[in-house]
Amino acid sequence: MKRRNFVQLAGMGITGSLLSFPSIGNAVSSEILLESPLLASQKKQLADVALNITKGLGATYTDVRIGRYLNQFISTRENKVQNIVNTESFGVGIRVIVKGAWGFAATNEVTADGVKKAAEKAVAIAKANSKFQKEPVMLAPAAGQGEVSWKTPIQKNAFEVPVSEKVDLLLRANGAALKNGASFASSNLFQVNEQKYFASSDGSYIDQDVHRIWPTFSVSVIDRASGKFKSREAMSAPMGMGYEYMIPKAEDKLTGPSGMVLYKNSYDIIEDAAIAARQGKEMIAAKSVEPGKYDLVLEPNHLGLTIHESIGHPLELDRILGYEANYAGTSFVTLEKLKSGNFNYGSKQVTIFADKTQPGSLGAVGYDDEGVKCKRWDLIKDGVLVNLEAIRDQVHMLGQTESHGCCYAQSWSEVQFQRMPNVSLAPGKETYSSAQMIKDVEKGIYIAGRGSYSIDQQRYNFQFGGTAFYEIKNGQITGILNDVAYQSNTQEFWNSCVKVCDESEYRMFGSFFDGKGQPSQVSAVSHGSSPARFNGVSVINTGRTI
Amino acid sequence: MAILTKDQAQALLKKVLSYSKADECEVNLTGTDSANIRYARNSVSTSGKISQSQLVVSSAYGKKLGVATINEFDVASLEKVVRRSEELAKLAPENPEYVSFLGPQTFAEAHTYVESTAAITPKLRSDLVAQSLQVARDAKAVAAGFLEDNTGFSAMMNTKGLFAYNTSTNTNFSVTVRTEDGKGSGYATRGYNDITKLDTKKATRIATEKAVKSVNAKAIEPGKYTVILEPAAVAVLLENIFFRLDARQADEGRSFLSKAGGGTRLGEKLMDERVNIYSDPFNADLPSNTWSGDGRPQEKTAWVEKGVIKNLSYSRYWAEKKGVKAVPGPEAAIMEGGTKSIEELIAGTKKGVLVTRLWYIRDVDPQSLLLTGLTRDGTFYIENGKIQYPIKNFRFNESPIIMLNNLEELGKVERTVSVESNNNYLLPPIKVRDFTFSSLSDAV
Repeated sequence: MKRRNFVQLAGMGITGSLLSFPSIGNAVSSEILLESPLLASQKKQLADVALNITKGLGATYTDVRIGRYLNQFISTRENKVQNIVNTESFGVGIRVIVKGAWGFAATNEVTADGVKKAAEKAVAIAKANSKFQKEPVMLAPAAGQGEVSWKTPIQKNAFEVPVSEKVDLLLRANGAALKNGASFASSNLFQVNEQKYFASSDGSYIDQDVHRIWPTFSVSVIDRASGKFKSREAMSAPMGMGYEYMIPKAEDKLTGPSGMVLYKNSYDIIEDAAIAARQGKEMIAAKSVEPGKYDLVLEPNHLGLTIHESIGHPLELDRILGYEANYAGTSFVTLEKLKSGNFNYGSKQVTIFADKTQPGSLGAVGYDDEGVKCKRWDLIKDGVLVNLEAIRDQVHMLGQTESHGCCYAQSWSEVQFQRMPNVSLAPGKETYSSAQMIKDVEKGIYIAGRGSYSIDQQRYNFQFGGTAFYEIKNGQITGILNDVAYQSNTQEFWNSCVKVCDESEYRMFGSFFDGKGQPSQVSAVSHGSSPARFNGVSVINTGRTI
Repeated sequence: MAILTKDQAQALLKKVLSYSKADECEVNLTGTDSANIRYARNSVSTSGKISQSQLVVSSAYGKKLGVATINEFDVASLEKVVRRSEELAKLAPENPEYVSFLGPQTFAEAHTYVESTAAITPKLRSDLVAQSLQVARDAKAVAAGFLEDNTGFSAMMNTKGLFAYNTSTNTNFSVTVRTEDGKGSGYATRGYNDITKLDTKKATRIATEKAVKSVNAKAIEPGKYTVILEPAAVAVLLENIFFRLDARQADEGRSFLSKAGGGTRLGEKLMDERVNIYSDPFNADLPSNTWSGDGRPQEKTAWVEKGVIKNLSYSRYWAEKKGVKAVPGPEAAIMEGGTKSIEELIAGTKKGVLVTRLWYIRDVDPQSLLLTGLTRDGTFYIENGKIQYPIKNFRFNESPIIMLNNLEELGKVERTVSVESNNNYLLPPIKVRDFTFSSLSDAV
């Protein structure tokens, strides 16, 4: 949800004088982004100050997160740079359990004295909270990891690439779109580096260096005479990668319908922008969809958001328990449905797994923000619900003794809580391509890319649009369609899944700014899948005249 | 940093500008003390108190602009942030759309600050939550809610002599009450500058009543219905108009306000003639800042008058290019209403649906401003002037422009909060015909 705000900012054409990111950090020069962080040994010393103080004050558990969060956002439109923002945020957050209650305090004074004061404050808050605590916090055990480190396996640090080179690439993408008939083109590049140090009273000292990148654009084609306008968004995905994602490789390109190119682990922004402009022009002249039932072929960069909304969110344990009832809502999934062992979430083709270790994914880290080693686990197996998403202080409610390792805080200054891990659809086991899938459909629509998305507060009823829609008639793509959105119910939809392509077309979709909580925190998460077919889904026509 | 007085802010900003070596320099300073309590399952889940302040320095050499920010205010830090913005400006590409900073302006005093909110104590905050929880517990229902309050100041100054200062306070409250069996759910939200106006007990009673009354909802067929939207539901639809009044988008041909053949729909009647939408920083019930973030005075501005688009908002660059007044976008929007209460609107309805809240609003088509989303937390069927029974939630697909053409009646204006943006508005409940519900949802 938060993404909307960022996109609004990016789309507003702010030239910089007013744009500030108080919750992200201070605006700095790009050189500062390359300065070395504190050594792990220095961070350990500071963390030990907190661990010793809180222990002395009666804490039964403490974790310390020393974080340096770096961002660079570049935005352009047509032949102009609109904004370059570099931000840095550095501080420490300390979380304790005293008398069975949580307490949390944070400070940007990363000194022994600053840490000491924050630690004392966290203990005082926990003591105050303990008076209202009905039941003491029950923390699932997590083995101390000792002194360890983890780094996103990047090949090229995006912050080391000169800003001018990145700006040049974005402007060339805009240029390619304009040359191919776009009326307007804007592009953005978001780069994130989280340098996180975690220490806990369990005996963990974990140093992590996490990188993420997201190139994206919006290309508009306007027909002045009719007053029609269409826009086509990028077919890129935000990734847990370095700048290597921006260097196109032939082996990462897949052919889609009508000359569309789809991308795996590297992206060709110039090529995609040119295709987007041509597609935009086709959209202006394309026909409007006839509403009715269609077999849908959904490509991964579209299906990812459907997985996110209709599986990722409803399987969050805190949400099921009612902690998000006032805002994001609850869930149609209940503990009873899980315990029954036979809740039919989808067809036999549907196996969904959570995986915080998937290379290139946004959620990949070695350890989560409460020091639990990350892993992969099944959520839905052959259509049956088998597990949920839970962290240390709630997993016992599932009768389990080990956290799933999906705890996250957007910054050192905010308290960590349960967030969605990467949740993905397992590819089909038999060899089957999307080209073959299209051939097998009589009356259908192929949908690519993310579009409008909306789902109810218990995750039953949803409506999704996309970026590009192609009509399929008797196994052939016949052309672009406009005004398409499909509506379904989660359980019905996943039970209409009749086929999933094999792993050769497996790719990831990502959500860079997924919002949750009050006050809201963002987190980044990926969803992998191969193209999949859903039969008899209700499609509506969204065209209106005002 | 504490909330600075006007004199203190002025002195600090002067100090910052004294370090400037650029052609032009502008400094924005903000400080906020905010606190919140979140509760769920009838118990407090988290609470927080955050003090944040930030100094944003924009330096320009010709048309090259650099921006740096800092949240430390010692002399060395102030000089450092100015130097940093100058270094960034020198490295920046020339921005052809750069417009020189504004010179001195005259600003009227805003009415956005209320001492009682600024003086809130932890006890008052927890009492307000305790009162809400008590109502839910007494009704054997389950409450989840969020209370937040902010006290802040903002100030700006530039080397061309502009200085602006303002203080403000606000509190937003929302509560969702569910029956223990999860079959009924109700909601209420409130927003004020003055926390003494906030009655969490009363709001929670309304939410509880809706929860209890919405148990065992019946399914009725989706389709076009006469609908009464409560102000919280009106807010999330209408703000999509308020956010999209930008003249440049319209001139460029990519807005619902663009005209076929070129130009904009400024001056065209797009809605029922009873629709009047404006912004007014001096409205007693919804005061807002008297200057925009780039130092332009905010004045009372009509956006829609008798259904006609009266004004579009302009950036300073686009206004200069078009040779028109650079009207800033609305800080807080107001729609004129009528005299009837929601009960009176219901009493005058033969057949219809009452909607408490709309949720997960998303753009479907920017060309027609078609939006989708769902009803939530209290949807009821009306027949012969009375609520007959609760009904299952619907998904809708509707454009607020089409909706405001199908206007039947406007109720009494009240202040409300958008669950999507957190913004406060003054809006009436509205009754419209032919509102498009396109499918049913099992969600409670």
